[in-house]
Amino acid sequence: MFDHDILVIGAGLAGMRAAYTASQSGADVAIVSKVYPVRSHSNAAQGGINAALTDRGDDWEDHAYDTIKGSDYLGDQDAIEIMCREAGSEVISMEHMGVIFNRDEEGKLGVRSFGGQRQARTFFVADFTGQALLHVLHEQILKIGARVYEEWFVLSLIVEDGECHGAVVMEIRSGEVHAIRAKAVILATGGLGRVFEPSTNALICTGDGMALAYENGAPLMDMEMVQYHPTTLKANGALLSEAARGEGAYLLNSEGDRFMQEYAPNMLELASRDVVSRSEQTEINEGRGIDGCVLLDVRHIGETLINEKLSQIRQLGIDFANVDMVHEPVPIRPGMHYQMGGIKTDVNGLTNIMGLYAAGETACVSVHGGNRLGANSLLDTLVFGRRAGDHASNVVRSRQHSDAITDQYAERERNRLQEMLNRNGGGELFGKIRLDLGEAMNTHLAVYRDQQGMETALEELKGLKTRYDRVIVHDKGKTFNTNLIFTLELGFMLDCAEAIILGALERKESRGAHTRTDMPDRDDSNWLKHILIAKDENGQPDVTYQDVTITQWEPQVRSY
Amino acid sequence: MQVTLNVRRYDPDSDQPVPYDQEYSVDVDENATVLDGLIKVREEVDGSLALRCSCRSAICGSCSMRVNGQAILACNTKLTDVVLEGGRVDIEPAGNMGLIKDLVVEFDIFWDKVRAVEPWLQPEGEEPESEYIAPNDDMVHLAGVMGCIMCGACVSDCTVLEVDRNFLGPAALAKSYRFVADPRDDADESRLDELNESGGVWDCTRCMMCVEVCPKGVDPMGRIMSLREKVIDAGHTETYGARHAEAFTRMVRHSGRVDELQLPIQTFGMFNVKEMIKLIPVGVRSQLAGKRPPIMHQKNPGMSNVRCIFNRVEDKR
Repeated sequence: MFDHDILVIGAGLAGMRAAYTASQSGADVAIVSKVYPVRSHSNAAQGGINAALTDRGDDWEDHAYDTIKGSDYLGDQDAIEIMCREAGSEVISMEHMGVIFNRDEEGKLGVRSFGGQRQARTFFVADFTGQALLHVLHEQILKIGARVYEEWFVLSLIVEDGECHGAVVMEIRSGEVHAIRAKAVILATGGLGRVFEPSTNALICTGDGMALAYENGAPLMDMEMVQYHPTTLKANGALLSEAARGEGAYLLNSEGDRFMQEYAPNMLELASRDVVSRSEQTEINEGRGIDGCVLLDVRHIGETLINEKLSQIRQLGIDFANVDMVHEPVPIRPGMHYQMGGIKTDVNGLTNIMGLYAAGETACVSVHGGNRLGANSLLDTLVFGRRAGDHASNVVRSRQHSDAITDQYAERERNRLQEMLNRNGGGELFGKIRLDLGEAMNTHLAVYRDQQGMETALEELKGLKTRYDRVIVHDKGKTFNTNLIFTLELGFMLDCAEAIILGALERKESRGAHTRTDMPDRDDSNWLKHILIAKDENGQPDVTYQDVTITQWEPQVRSY
Repeated sequence: MQVTLNVRRYDPDSDQPVPYDQEYSVDVDENATVLDGLIKVREEVDGSLALRCSCRSAICGSCSMRVNGQAILACNTKLTDVVLEGGRVDIEPAGNMGLIKDLVVEFDIFWDKVRAVEPWLQPEGEEPESEYIAPNDDMVHLAGVMGCIMCGACVSDCTVLEVDRNFLGPAALAKSYRFVADPRDDADESRLDELNESGGVWDCTRCMMCVEVCPKGVDPMGRIMSLREKVIDAGHTETYGARHAEAFTRMVRHSGRVDELQLPIQTFGMFNVKEMIKLIPVGVRSQLAGKRPPIMHQKNPGMSNVRCIFNRVEDKR
């Protein structure tokens, strides 16, 4: 058994930012991550990070308004105000740590345009901003020598009487299971993209944190709000950054028209993501697509600029679509990308379980509401990662380790895993169940939804859970048993899928990313509220609501 | 398309833990990558196959391994590009790092070396209120090396690390370059002092393997060569490496070609008895192989052209 003041689960931007801050405040912090920190999915954020730098004439309230409008008024305005006000100092802190942001002619930070915003306020490192931030934050973690349990997997949280006291984890390399006692646990486990197939998300994005919190009675909020990114490759779902459109790319249909002129005459290709994805899907559904796709055209930007600012996505096009974007447009389509919902937290990352925090994509503060703006996700991870680390480090000063926590928690998990490994015959490998889950979700909970489809998905989910109860693990060994890990992750994903479908069935309107063909209008009088799903004492999902916090921006008709 | 993945496997939990080859025949799409093939095996055929992978877009650096003997990222290598005669592809774990299981290797040595170069920005003086002012060209230049995803392909195939575990290796040295070349970093002097030591920049043999296998175009060897210049510019002119480079340049400038007999003498010094004795077996072997350089050095007949090249390069500087 190990003891730490604060245990951070996940080593992406939110987790490392939380750990860095808490460690600077003097707390004994450890990070558990199922992959080496630099493998985390924050890497994949390409385009940039938003911040209104007031010293160059931008206004954080403008940024807040764009974010609120982008969220289709479902974001909590107090949280959004905090994020936008703290954005500037967060970007500057990262620059001081060593991030090599692109500059303007004067050597100051340069900006590019991004979707859904009237100002260019996206700071960037070529088209690999997430990687550049992640690696620099990892450098800082190395510098301060924080303890990182690398390639350790979280099996369960230790929660007693509504208080979190740590987690049970497995060292993947040895297969050993340990309890880690902590006075506070910060979940920073990222998204759940693999619940959908295809998805832009990495294979590690399996909703671990959301499922762990859900299992222990913490509510998940607005889980129906799943973002489909407008520009993903058909072959493998890989993401082509919004940076392409930020730098001026066109979207064309099979007739060669810039169809966004129809749907968003002011912002065109740079309207909010939900708007662009819906427009693309409509074009495809109405027969103006090409093989299920529309075209992204950057040719007019020119080879020099493409190489300087969009080199990675040019390479992705060559590798996975056999298209060199310098010479031809690349076929793209909307693809599952981001979960706006997540574990409900306050603005300090605290969940309704004492000692349990969440930050980043796994959390829902909520700053993204019904639709996240491009380049607000990196900002969310850093601002709320820092705030969670800060708050937790204050709280643990007056908290003690619970003496009631013993190795029995680990023993319980050892037995559970052994039972899983002992199963032979009668069941199947995890792979096909995962695929069937992903395809069901992508069929019924995609850009356009309706009652019947969502009910079908819920029915299919029941069948998948039955199959999962008999799943078998081929690998019976202890060392680096990835077969066992994937099987456990699939369990997390099934829980997340349940919350998504239930949330979607509950919301009887169209708002943000949740667009129902059978209820196409936004209904502020009944549904300007969050949907919370939590397990009750019998383990059954229970739905409650919470009003959206509005500070100064009343909901309006949303057009771009 | 049917391919046979011939995978080098290793199970430390078995009764006889020795590596062995196992063939998996899979039916995949024409555009499928090596990783697609391996995932298909893992999800549908044999769940016990262990490998690391995550992003599928060459950004997380998890899936480095050797295909047909050379380090690659499985996720951006198409099967059609590497399939051998008879539809077979040979897949092995990355080299130079210990085996854990199947295609999973110990990355400890990799991170130890990265940590050894103090990989964090070390500015001096008070932090500015806003950002550091820096030229965009410098940042764009650094993006080339910040593009490193720490996949370890270069470390896997580094021919020096194969025989000398003390060498910092291509990834860590490229990381070090990232700070030395950063206008905001003020620790160049101590960094360059360290890089001048044994295991540092002078231990690279310029075999080009790291450049060839790097999936992100980081050019580790090019960075190491730039670091060598910076080390010399910082006043470290007395190491063998620096003297070798000096003597080499001097000879080519003077006679249009290298005087191979003089090169080791000028590098080590005529009265360096220990090093001179070490050269005797090399001399004997080259004599026996008929490859002894001529006693009397002969100038290159086209040496005026060589001198023109020198002048041109020096003008450019």
